[in-house]
Amino acid sequence: MDLTLKIWRQKDAKSKGKFVTYQISGISPDCSFLEMLDQLNEKIISENSDPVDFAKCPVSFDHDCREGICGMCGLFINGRPHGPDEAITTCQLHMRKFKDKDTIVIEPWRSKAFPLIKDLLVDRSAFDKIIQAGGYVSVNTGGVPDANSILISKHNAELAMDAAACIGCGACVAACYNASAMLFVSAKISQLALLPQGKVEAKERVQKMVKVMDKLGFGNCSNTYACEAECPKLVNRSNIARMNREFLSAKICSEKETQQIAGV
Amino acid sequence: MTTLNSKVPEGPIEQKWSNYKSHGKLVNPANKRKLDILVVGTGLAGASAAASLGELGYNVKIFCYQDSPRRAHSIAAQGGINAAKNYQNDGDSVYRLFYDTVKGGDYRAREANVYRLAEVSNAIIDQCVAQGVPFAREYGGLLDNRSFGGAQVSRTFFARGQTGQQLLLGAYSALSRQIAKGTVKLYNRRDMLDVVLVDGKARGIIVRNLVTGEIEKYFGHAVVLCTGGYGNTYYLSTNAMGSNATPIWKAYKKGAFFGNPCFTQIHPTCIPVHGDYQSKLTLMSESLRNDGRIWVPKKKEDAEKLRNKQMKANDIPEEDRDYYLERRYPAFGNLVPRDVASRAAKERCDAGYGVGSGFAVYLDFAESIKRLGRETIEARYGNLFQMYEKIVDENGYENPMMIYPAVHYVMGGLWVDYNLMTTVPGLYALGECNFSDHGANRLGASALMQGLADGYFVLPYTIADYLADEIHTKRIPTDSKEFNETEKEVKDNIENLKSINGKQSVDTFHKKLGKIMWEYCGMGRNEAGLKKALELIPELRKDFWKDVKIPGGTDEFNPEIEKAGRVADFLELGELIVRDALNRKESCGGHFREEMQTEEGEAKRDDENFAYVAAWEFNGLNAEPVLHKEQLEFKDIKIAQRNYK
Repeated sequence: MDLTLKIWRQKDAKSKGKFVTYQISGISPDCSFLEMLDQLNEKIISENSDPVDFAKCPVSFDHDCREGICGMCGLFINGRPHGPDEAITTCQLHMRKFKDKDTIVIEPWRSKAFPLIKDLLVDRSAFDKIIQAGGYVSVNTGGVPDANSILISKHNAELAMDAAACIGCGACVAACYNASAMLFVSAKISQLALLPQGKVEAKERVQKMVKVMDKLGFGNCSNTYACEAECPKLVNRSNIARMNREFLSAKICSEKETQQIAGV
Repeated sequence: MTTLNSKVPEGPIEQKWSNYKSHGKLVNPANKRKLDILVVGTGLAGASAAASLGELGYNVKIFCYQDSPRRAHSIAAQGGINAAKNYQNDGDSVYRLFYDTVKGGDYRAREANVYRLAEVSNAIIDQCVAQGVPFAREYGGLLDNRSFGGAQVSRTFFARGQTGQQLLLGAYSALSRQIAKGTVKLYNRRDMLDVVLVDGKARGIIVRNLVTGEIEKYFGHAVVLCTGGYGNTYYLSTNAMGSNATPIWKAYKKGAFFGNPCFTQIHPTCIPVHGDYQSKLTLMSESLRNDGRIWVPKKKEDAEKLRNKQMKANDIPEEDRDYYLERRYPAFGNLVPRDVASRAAKERCDAGYGVGSGFAVYLDFAESIKRLGRETIEARYGNLFQMYEKIVDENGYENPMMIYPAVHYVMGGLWVDYNLMTTVPGLYALGECNFSDHGANRLGASALMQGLADGYFVLPYTIADYLADEIHTKRIPTDSKEFNETEKEVKDNIENLKSINGKQSVDTFHKKLGKIMWEYCGMGRNEAGLKKALELIPELRKDFWKDVKIPGGTDEFNPEIEKAGRVADFLELGELIVRDALNRKESCGGHFREEMQTEEGEAKRDDENFAYVAAWEFNGLNAEPVLHKEQLEFKDIKIAQRNYK
């Protein structure tokens, strides 16, 4: 395959970025999208005429496991997070989804809460901060009951697993025109709300996590469900409904008590 | 020559660990606050260790090269985690898990460590459930189990095909809780580039900030490496792209002995290689061998037609299929340990029965689908079938999948004693980066078990034994002589690499190294090949230092710099792997010396001469490393030829 690539290049957060066009030929349809970028970088290195001009240096992008589970990769390809295939990450996208002579536009995630680091790389530590606000069950190591003493219905375990499948890639935020993180946040809240272990702190958890989510600059749910459509792990939008329900009931049920605990 | 002291406690094996815990030294809470611990790596071992140490009250700093601790490659483990719960009433026990693990490792692991691992395995499951890990459940609400290779009981707990992900997210949540509390401080996008020794003890690390390129220095009363395996020495492996050996390699060069480097695990069920541009290989969980049957054609002419695409797998009638694992190993069938399954696949392909490119065998679900229905198979392995389809563009439900062995895991790593301390005082190694528990071959679902055992339940006890004597050690300023010297070494190394300004990319060298390793030190090894590799690797290393090209600056985000440092280390480590393989003139587990096999082609161990851990000591760049031996004693298991027939 011969391709034209329009890639967003930006030296760092402070510099101004621009699209740079590259041509690449002889790409196998069986190779992955990131392997195509590897080949582009090889070409850039071999032609590298100016060691300092960053546009003549390899393109930077995040990636690690390359099997769709670590959540590190994430490119905005032809206007879609993770590109034109369904239910996959960028690293699992293969070139057979494109046609010979195609032009492919590659951008980073765009969201105020994900500041750009370089080229196609963004800082997603906002997601870590949301989890730090309450995305856990407060148990220390040791001194916990026997695993089979906590009974969980198969149905709920499956629903919790569906939500827990989130890989924290940020495609939901990139897909949403409000840059809402609600699919991500609701996935963790749902997983824990569905399990008896998580119920104990459910009220405080939802309030703390939503508070931090809002503070970090993520927008509100736009109700277009673009997040669900682009989620590589098919996390369901019903999780957002569950989060809203949890949030409301936490507010209504024991407003005073939870306000004291959560400090809202 | 130093004699290695494994510090295994006295007493009967089933009492060693409880005695140790009852009599070990402790650090009181007020003193814990005065002690700093550096943890490198945020996988199962690192995240669980940092969280547990933070809970205890130590000051912990944790480092990872990824953007978030949740990305560590433990996340990619699919199949499950073993524990001796015996929930299935099928005869499991701590002793049996211990026995299976030692036998599975072909009697090259330290008994006491493995027994402790089996002993704490149950607590891991309890801990993970309490954290909200959504393990698979039965209809009555109890936990479900599946079988894995090398065991005749069902002791593997799982969360669909994403067990590693769920366990890691559990550990990550515990870690996040401590980060929020301030007991653990997170440093992401940092590459550890060296360890700092003060008076012979590990006292700090040097890291590169991957975003700014700055070199940073951190002090700790102890340093805990949880940096994973070195499978990427082979270039193509199932490891993550960033998985590297630099932290343990620098530790080796600072005096930590390297244990059994040649024990690498080639996993039988991976998606076959499909092109030169390939960057990594993808594993398909071993759990697939529960329901999938492995076969190749019985007739060579059929295999040839399949390779030439003149025929399809489903065209081959049942009587013309060779289910070679079931044929050779009737007792364990498709569930033989990984090393056995991998070698059997290689044997068939080398003999001309391979399909696909010639280096692939079939993994067939037709019979299971007929017996259980497609829905059941989909519920069990749906995500794996989807992954296969995305990569290969074929439907695994309708046609047999094609698989071939690939480098997956390393049993070797830094030598550690019973406390998980390396030969450098204050420097610990946990999880895959140590050598300790899996001998010459790791059983499926045991890596997750080991990572979490080390982090949650072993290190928090054993580190106190060391730190109890460190409560009077004041924090050493990071502008002291030792820190500055190591910092200079690190900076010089980067400058040297950058100044070569040659013609070939880092990846080019990495690929070349991978080819040498796979060809001469892969599934089959022999003296002539290994000697050849010992000539080729130093030549390649020389070329690298003459001709590597690294574009871009050193003071910015620059993956080429990161990769260059890592490949420079792989080029040294590769040689040690080969040297160790050459030294070990026996076949055991994943290490198959072609000269040492039975008439049926099975691995032939030499217990008289090689029942030891080979611990290598660095002896300068241009000198051969020194071999130390830790003799292995088997008091609680009768050592025998492994038999899965």
